[in-house]
Amino acid sequence: MASGSEFAGPVSQRSGPAVALAVIALGALVPVFAGSTYVVSVAMQVEILMCLALGLNFVVGYAGMLDLGFAAFFAIGAYTTGLLSVDLHWPVLTTLPVALLAALAGAVFIGAPTLRLRSDYLAVVTLGFGEIIQNLVNNLSQTGGPEGIYGIPALSIGRFSVTSTAGYYYVFLVLVVLFAAISLRVRRSRLGRAWLAIREDEDTAQAMGIKVRRYKLYAYMAGSVFGSLTGSFYAPAFIAIAPPSFGFSESLLVVMAVSIGGMGSVWGALLGAGVVIAFPEIFRQFAQARLLVFGIVLVVIMVLRPQGVWPEGGLGLARRARPVWAWARGMWVRTRPEKTPEARLGGPVGAPEESK
Amino acid sequence: MPALSVVDLTLSFGGLNALGEVNLEVPDRSLFAVIGPNGAGKTSFFNCVTGYYRPTRGSVRLDGREISGLPVDEVARLGVRRTFQNVRVFPKLSALENVLAGAHLRTSANLATSVLGTPRARRHERELAAEAQRWLEYVGLAGKARVLAGDLPYGMRKRLEVARALIAKPSVLLLDEPAAGVSSVERDELADVVGKTWREGVTVVMIEHDVELVMRLASTVAVLDHGRLLAVGAPETVRNDPRVIEAYLGRRRSQGPWSQA
Ligand SMILES: Nc1ncnc2c1ncn2[C@@H]1O[C@H](COP(=O)(O)OP(=O)(O)O)[C@@H](O)[C@H]1O
Ligand SMILES: [Mg+2]
Repeated sequence: MASGSEFAGPVSQRSGPAVALAVIALGALVPVFAGSTYVVSVAMQVEILMCLALGLNFVVGYAGMLDLGFAAFFAIGAYTTGLLSVDLHWPVLTTLPVALLAALAGAVFIGAPTLRLRSDYLAVVTLGFGEIIQNLVNNLSQTGGPEGIYGIPALSIGRFSVTSTAGYYYVFLVLVVLFAAISLRVRRSRLGRAWLAIREDEDTAQAMGIKVRRYKLYAYMAGSVFGSLTGSFYAPAFIAIAPPSFGFSESLLVVMAVSIGGMGSVWGALLGAGVVIAFPEIFRQFAQARLLVFGIVLVVIMVLRPQGVWPEGGLGLARRARPVWAWARGMWVRTRPEKTPEARLGGPVGAPEESK
Repeated sequence: MPALSVVDLTLSFGGLNALGEVNLEVPDRSLFAVIGPNGAGKTSFFNCVTGYYRPTRGSVRLDGREISGLPVDEVARLGVRRTFQNVRVFPKLSALENVLAGAHLRTSANLATSVLGTPRARRHERELAAEAQRWLEYVGLAGKARVLAGDLPYGMRKRLEVARALIAKPSVLLLDEPAAGVSSVERDELADVVGKTWREGVTVVMIEHDVELVMRLASTVAVLDHGRLLAVGAPETVRNDPRVIEAYLGRRRSQGPWSQA
């Protein structure tokens, strides 16, 4: 057996490249066939939530911590970019490093003192952090208070500047692909394994020499980087940003996306983001009732598939196909013509029938 | 120098002394067995050595270096690995990934190479995966690389823990009842693995109830009872030690290790 190349990634990651290419191709065609800007903008919202979900997936899915204030990092990215580009006229791209540093500082600020806490306390602390950031931008005059920041200049790359919804749709498509690729790669690296070991059993992970608190902080930092980058592109895409987009409900949406899809699974997080945005949009004509129905659907999903719609171990298609395959093979063996003695000679030596 | 030297090791839980003034030396490259009835303090002893418990008093030295009170991951860094009495594999990781997790300290990957996956980092990953595969074979789990550890039967999970410990190339390996609750076939395989590991130069400390296994494998045996060290020495000596016989036979004749003797 070529055990050198043997990699024990879950099924979903082995079949990954083919699935990924198909999904990217489909994604790239959305603006072409969308027919209306509305559809493209909903699709873009899906992408944005996908980006955020992939960020939170480091924290919740990989490292197994609860974070109810993830929108804080989204806000840090959006506001840093918004402020620097509007007040100081920095090009959007040049604001990215500052936004990243600000997010990392936030992650360390919230993570370093609290990561020794058990999960439920951590949930409270992160919730508080989310509230603090939202209140801060809501009350500071520098961030525009409740009105937020508007007139954020377009993202320009070289001489090319992105001004249409479809343009930003593609920007976020690139971001989703990049984030997903990084997530999948990290999952199979030393860093990812350390996170998963911590999620599974942190006391035992420590016996492998893994510095648990340090790695938990890394998870926060990785999540903050994705969250803040998403925010930095969100600002020019929407031209105006305001505090309500960065509150608890946004954090909750991200948590839902990650947990509906299946904790720790990249494909699950992407699918979850799609479900969380698309469902309420599709049933828009039912007005308020759609949220009730959505809530019921969530509960049903959690009861029927607590591991998520697309969990880490894959969809289990291979496992489910096995009995069918075995049956089909049995049929074939029974119905094929008897082999002649000559044919038998060509078969494997060492007659295994004797042992029966 | 002994691999481990334990002086006056005492561990109290409230009024109860899980360990009381234990003094012993684990010779370098020995196969050291720890036996004793349930609740004798055997697992507590492992927990004190590996940093899970901070001893109330006393010292544990590894190659002459004080390690009691160090955090768990520091002790691991110094070359001590263990398995757990109640198996603690990472259930949602594949068998191969479990073993790879054990190699955490042997991989040089830093944050950047983990994210970027440089060619060198990827080659290193492949080599490590191949080695992990060999460790799976070593403990008799060759075909199980992709199976989720949580889906493996009990005996295999126990052996997976051994592989996860061994890939770290420990200098001292602590096995907490590796053969408890497994079939007799698996027990023999496990004895082979332990013997092989020891012959390769690893100091093995093994908690084990199966006295026949202990007598066959161990070079030194220590007997704990109520947190106290009753006897320590060569298997034959310990077996005939009157205090050991009394501790086992005096209490419950039918449940002692040598009750049939
Ligand atoms: N964390 C703990 N808290 C309280 N008592 C404990 C703890 N760990 C072990 N003990 C007690 O210490 C004694 C020794 O336990 P242990 O080391 O597990 O024994 P053994 O492994 O020899 O069966 C037992 O009486 C047990 O109840
Ligand atoms: Mg025990």
